[in-house]
Amino acid sequence: MDLEELNAIASREHHKQQKTCIRCCTVGGCLSANGLAVKEQLEKAVTEAGLGKKVTVAGVGCMGLCSRGPLVRVDPQGTLYDRVTPDTASEIVASVNNDAEAIREVEGLSFEETSKACTPRPLKISPSQYQPNNHPFFTQQLKIVLENSGKIDPEKIEEYIAADGYQGLGKVLLEMTPESVIETISRSGLRGRGGAGYPTGLKWATVAKAKSERTLDSRYNGGNPHNALSRKFVICNADEGDPGAFMDRSVLESDPHRVIEGMAIAAYAVGATQGYIYVRGEYPLAINHLQKAIRQAKRLGLLGSQIFESPFDFKIDLRIGAGAFVCGEETALMASIEGKRGIPRPRPPYPAESGLWGCPTLINNVETFANVPTIIRKGADWFDRIGTEKSKGTKVFSLAGKVCNTGLIEVPMGTTLQQIVEDMGGGVPDGGKAKAVQTGGPSGGCIPAAAFDTSVDYESLTELGSIMGSGGAIVMDETTNMVDVARFFMEFCMDESCGKCIPCRAGTVQLYQLLTKIREGNAFLTDLEKLEEICDMVKYTSLCGLGQSAPNPVFSTLRYFRDEYLALISD
Amino acid sequence: MPIAQKISTVHPSGDKRFRMLAATMKRYQYAPDALIEVLHQAQELFGYLEEDLLLYIAHSLKLPPSQVYGVATFYHFFSLKQKGAHTCVVCMGTACYVKGAANLLATLEQQHQIKAGETTSDGQLSLVTARCLGACGIAPAVVFDGNVEGHQTSESVIRRVEECLYHGS
Repeated sequence: MDLEELNAIASREHHKQQKTCIRCCTVGGCLSANGLAVKEQLEKAVTEAGLGKKVTVAGVGCMGLCSRGPLVRVDPQGTLYDRVTPDTASEIVASVNNDAEAIREVEGLSFEETSKACTPRPLKISPSQYQPNNHPFFTQQLKIVLENSGKIDPEKIEEYIAADGYQGLGKVLLEMTPESVIETISRSGLRGRGGAGYPTGLKWATVAKAKSERTLDSRYNGGNPHNALSRKFVICNADEGDPGAFMDRSVLESDPHRVIEGMAIAAYAVGATQGYIYVRGEYPLAINHLQKAIRQAKRLGLLGSQIFESPFDFKIDLRIGAGAFVCGEETALMASIEGKRGIPRPRPPYPAESGLWGCPTLINNVETFANVPTIIRKGADWFDRIGTEKSKGTKVFSLAGKVCNTGLIEVPMGTTLQQIVEDMGGGVPDGGKAKAVQTGGPSGGCIPAAAFDTSVDYESLTELGSIMGSGGAIVMDETTNMVDVARFFMEFCMDESCGKCIPCRAGTVQLYQLLTKIREGNAFLTDLEKLEEICDMVKYTSLCGLGQSAPNPVFSTLRYFRDEYLALISD
Repeated sequence: MPIAQKISTVHPSGDKRFRMLAATMKRYQYAPDALIEVLHQAQELFGYLEEDLLLYIAHSLKLPPSQVYGVATFYHFFSLKQKGAHTCVVCMGTACYVKGAANLLATLEQQHQIKAGETTSDGQLSLVTARCLGACGIAPAVVFDGNVEGHQTSESVIRRVEECLYHGS
């Protein structure tokens, strides 16, 4: 594979994509809402109407608005249909058929007008009220990580290549040195999207500088003696354990090649030849799409040896998680890849110095890797212009809970929670009022409605006592009791504590019992004091991130909703 | 590793599933770090991991049985007990919880007189909770025999479980 072949594949694919395309979401929420049956019915209807040559039906990734699934979009007009059933699917095809000519005539009109002009006979289905060109849910988004989601068929590498895929990898291998790749990433200001926000360029530079002291047997370096001295690994953390977060799942299901390309670029930059993707066992479709994507990339020579006819070799293996939240912590994750119990170990040494099998290891989150190909393609300066001063780029959030439009959104850093919850999310259903947004899962906190005008970036969320986290944003309304929420997360941490260190293992149990006591109305003020005291102890003395952040939901609910605790306490 | 191969292909029980498991281990070159992958495969083949099976894996991968048992019990995904003929998984992720998943679970627990994590005495239904299925957009989500279904209510979960139990779908 060289650049010419890559471009040839892209132009062949562009050629194929000329005609009208009906795209149907067949992943995530839409799949659970019978999306596959809708797609089959669309295909059948197209064949029956004899439109096979003019119209293609494609299964694509997530379009974002999961609550209205299954979603179908008719391109090139971009008309969106929601809550499509196999029955109404045929109607969509009928409207396309009726108006194949009309569409061309009315081109230049707005989408709304087009769709009106396109329905000469009454159809049982009308386009969704959420149109990508005018509904704030879509218009306030800026898509980098999700740029291909809902547009390309995730199971076809050719479509990814046609969307400029693997151009970034080609560019780094043929034109750039590893140092200049790291410099580009550093300059872009990209920070880890797993939650902590560590500067990605800095992490890459540390791994690139680290020297591997270990030589491993040939099994880990493809028998290549050249690599024996510089064993390094790149790991993609796709163990998305935070309840209420599904960004990584969606990216892997909708655009798996983007992550693979990002990993390959990272591997070139740090000098690794072997990569692992550690993905949750709960995501069978993501696993399936990744396996396919890796196979296809190998077939085209985009993974394997001498990629783009350069001396760079890179191989990726999948590791399937087995349901342990703590494995999202990097040292526990590495233990799990080694086939052991997923138990964290103290840091330092950090994985960048001594990681998987004692070798220097780069671990980044799915979304971090997914940003990389675009940064390489479009340049660090382009990325640097998006977002706030300290938080660059965009962030993908999974918007869920008590909000009208649940789904996946990608917004520039600095967008306010108000915009996310009220404008894009459409507020609380049935006229309710939003009370708080929970970000960061069990390690994060609840941000009260009064602080919704805060802009979303790493620093301001930390200041509010929450964290950016991986990107779950759960809206809670007036009916949600905050003590209950704190207790829910504590129960989670209690169950998921690996048991290695006592503050976390025993502390979370004590906290859970205290919260239960408060919730049941049997507590006194002294219990509240004890709660705060133990929270501090667990926070400052636990070994890993799980324990250190376990009290966060309690801290933040105490900070903003102390009256709800006090209301349950008898004095 | 000729010894390991000889042992693994000829399992005294004559159960063909062992041969398939042995093929998986061979694919990973009997590497000890493939333990979790092997356990995944074993659970897929046998439905759950009984003690004999764990011993067999320990022997094949040349690992101490304590380590295999330790790993199998650490991860939630692995089950050491036989599951019911049908399973119903209630997602207890934050989004589902906020939208009333706890009520769905309580309804099912009451209806079938079992607690989450248990199987009915006739071995027909296992009621399980999940941490998060990543289906938050359609919360609350419940999995009936492998099919994820969103926007569930107390009525719909009771009906769907009955359908699974009596009509097999």
